[in-house]
Amino acid sequence: MKRFLSSAAVVAILFGAGAAMAAPEKTECLAGAKPGGGFDLTCRLVSNSLLATKMIPAPMAVTYMEGGVGATAYNHVIGSRPSDPGLVVAASSGSALLLAQGKFGKHDETAVRWLGAVGTDYGVIAVAADSPITSLDQLVKAYKDQPNAFPVGGGGAVGSQDWMKAAVVAKGAGVPPRQMRYAALEGGGAVATALQGGHIKIASGDAGEMAPHHKAGKVRILAVMADERLPGDLADVPTAKEQGYDLTWPVWRGYYVGPQVSDADYTWWVDTLATLVKTPEFQKEREERGLFPLAILGKDFDDRVRADVARFKELAKEAGL
Amino acid sequence: MSLDYLWTGFGVALQWHNLMYGLAGCFLGTLVGALPAVGPINGIALLLPLLYSMGVPADSTMILLAGVYYGAEYGGRISSILLNVPGDAGAVMTALDGNPMARQGRAAEALAISGISSFVGGMIAVVGLTFFAPLLGQLAIGFGPAEYFVLMVFAFATLSSMVGHHPVKTMIGCVIGLALTTIGLDPTSGAYRFTFDEPELSSGIEFIILVIGLFSISEVLFMLEHQYHGRLKPIAVGRGFPSLATLRSCVGTVLRCSGIGFVVGVLPGTGASVASAVSYTTEKRLLDRGTFGKGDPRGLAAPEAANNAAAGGAFVPMLTLGVPGSGTTAVMLGALMLYNIMPGPQLFTERPDIAGGLIASMYIGNILLLLLNLPMVHVFVRLLTVPNWVLIPGILVLSFLGVYSMYASVLSIYMMLGIGVLGYAARKLDFDLAPIVLGFVLGRVAETNLRNALAISGGEVSILFESTISLVLWGMAVLVVLAPWYLHRRRRAAMAAAPDGTAA
Repeated sequence: MKRFLSSAAVVAILFGAGAAMAAPEKTECLAGAKPGGGFDLTCRLVSNSLLATKMIPAPMAVTYMEGGVGATAYNHVIGSRPSDPGLVVAASSGSALLLAQGKFGKHDETAVRWLGAVGTDYGVIAVAADSPITSLDQLVKAYKDQPNAFPVGGGGAVGSQDWMKAAVVAKGAGVPPRQMRYAALEGGGAVATALQGGHIKIASGDAGEMAPHHKAGKVRILAVMADERLPGDLADVPTAKEQGYDLTWPVWRGYYVGPQVSDADYTWWVDTLATLVKTPEFQKEREERGLFPLAILGKDFDDRVRADVARFKELAKEAGL
Repeated sequence: MSLDYLWTGFGVALQWHNLMYGLAGCFLGTLVGALPAVGPINGIALLLPLLYSMGVPADSTMILLAGVYYGAEYGGRISSILLNVPGDAGAVMTALDGNPMARQGRAAEALAISGISSFVGGMIAVVGLTFFAPLLGQLAIGFGPAEYFVLMVFAFATLSSMVGHHPVKTMIGCVIGLALTTIGLDPTSGAYRFTFDEPELSSGIEFIILVIGLFSISEVLFMLEHQYHGRLKPIAVGRGFPSLATLRSCVGTVLRCSGIGFVVGVLPGTGASVASAVSYTTEKRLLDRGTFGKGDPRGLAAPEAANNAAAGGAFVPMLTLGVPGSGTTAVMLGALMLYNIMPGPQLFTERPDIAGGLIASMYIGNILLLLLNLPMVHVFVRLLTVPNWVLIPGILVLSFLGVYSMYASVLSIYMMLGIGVLGYAARKLDFDLAPIVLGFVLGRVAETNLRNALAISGGEVSILFESTISLVLWGMAVLVVLAPWYLHRRRRAAMAAAPDGTAA
């Protein structure tokens, strides 16, 4: 049966008819955190747009399994539901970072099948709106002179993406990341508030969560860590590259499935996502969630995750973690 | 500040379909709050996608969800009072005096008092939200890690009133609570603590699991024990309404605790459970003459006023800063953003229908809830007449269902049961459970903020004494510890040789 299915999949791929195959009977997206966070958003994105485009007949359930920023969900899928064809799990570049640091337990990044990334956010570096500093260069120079006068805040612990982004900036200023005065706050909203209150002087965050505060004139984003300028509210903010610092930090959002999901079902999901990301329904949902276009699917995505994990391992070592 | 948005809001909220949504929300919320384990956050997380996919407009969705939110704060008290099983996290303190009242045959009275306190707390919070929202948003900005830590010191200082007949046991309980919070991902360094390589422990012990274990499961064990010994007497339901004198005795408490609850609710990161804990301990410090914990109506009114006021207060930072004041408002913030509405001060001018509609619906919702709740007292107290062979398995099933549906893990069930057995043992040994819960609730906030504050200052302790807010809070902490002692001495001096026996 399995062989039949995989040969069916081969045939399907050969004729480019993957999307025409049957959808899994019951679909579910697992968010490895509380409702309301990034994983929830990632799940809602696929669940709402799949239903809106009628690519699945029945609504896709969104379920939550909190623990270790996705670690519990990762182990649950591998251990308990490795072959469930209808189950996709939300992931982000943060998952790759945790995998690189061995924080997902005994399993590594090869333990699941990575489906694809369907949108991305980018890291940003911000200061308070009333700060005299107006460019990344000024910030780096000021930081170099007086690293202790600039406590940094981010929405994650030491070793998280927000910490890492700040660490690469600190490194650019010749300050060892371990010497950063870093406060781990609860999410982007808290970071923006702490910046406004002057409790921290530099904020490390993501474009999606900081852009509204930038637009409202509460914080000043100095640089976006993307290859090109971002559309929308941040169009006036230069990239780090433009300012002479080769710092990029995409925060992709995507999905994986269990390790024993058949090739046929895996292919169905990849093809479905490939079709989905081109639909206006999906693009509207993506923009509403503050995500920028990105589609890396199937094998490409698998390679990307492995490359990211390798890069993060290197970064973590350099940062002295 | 112009209140135009509020009139726009009443226009929106009084449309008949929005009234219906509000009523539905209040009803569902009461239900969700009354069930153990399932709190407002679950109710909202379940309803939001449903409403969104049904194409319900943003204003109606927010009105319904807000109804669920404060309806749950009303509902949580029912099982606390009647069964000593808190319906949600904010209702833990409600059981301390509410359940003894029920046991004394004053269940209906207790339900009525808590309903009225909830109403006043909720109303004061909405009025505060209406008039001071932008101002209070600024207050929240003033709170950095150092200020939050000192706030927690103040909260611990009010805790000293819990040191009743067994000061050592109270301290031990508090330390157990503090120790339990250290399990899981260290929020500052990202290291795992006491997780034994078990990924399911990585986020620590969930508060709700702790609460259900400590209270529901241990209560069930107690019921079984008493049943076995044949000591369970049916409890008299009591007359329906508290006397005017009782109500009058609660006025000061309700007003004070509404204020405390509202301010604590406004601060991001502290919610109904901290608010009700701080206000209960404050009132106990101020008023206790040995009656608190034994069915004092004021001990019941305090947490009830505070948790409803906190629920209202949590909307302030959410609406004005875009920073949620509690887990539940975090989900509602997500709801607003789903409808492409960005919270912030401009919300009041750009989308008065949403901001105003929401606030207006809270006025209406509170009145609806009071009207819904007072006549229902007689329906609720029927719970007491349910025979034990239905009640005990019922509580167990709801506890298991609630925990499993939230965390979908068998380990969480084991944890709940283990904690339940511990709670039973602790109660047998005459420990109070409240200090454990307080240590747990306050411990994590205190630790994270102390470490963040010291990280910012590079280890300089002076950061804790720098801002005016910190100094005021330190002063209040000292005052709350010393004032009763001083008052007591003065009273003793005044009474000259009168024998003493009422040390707080």
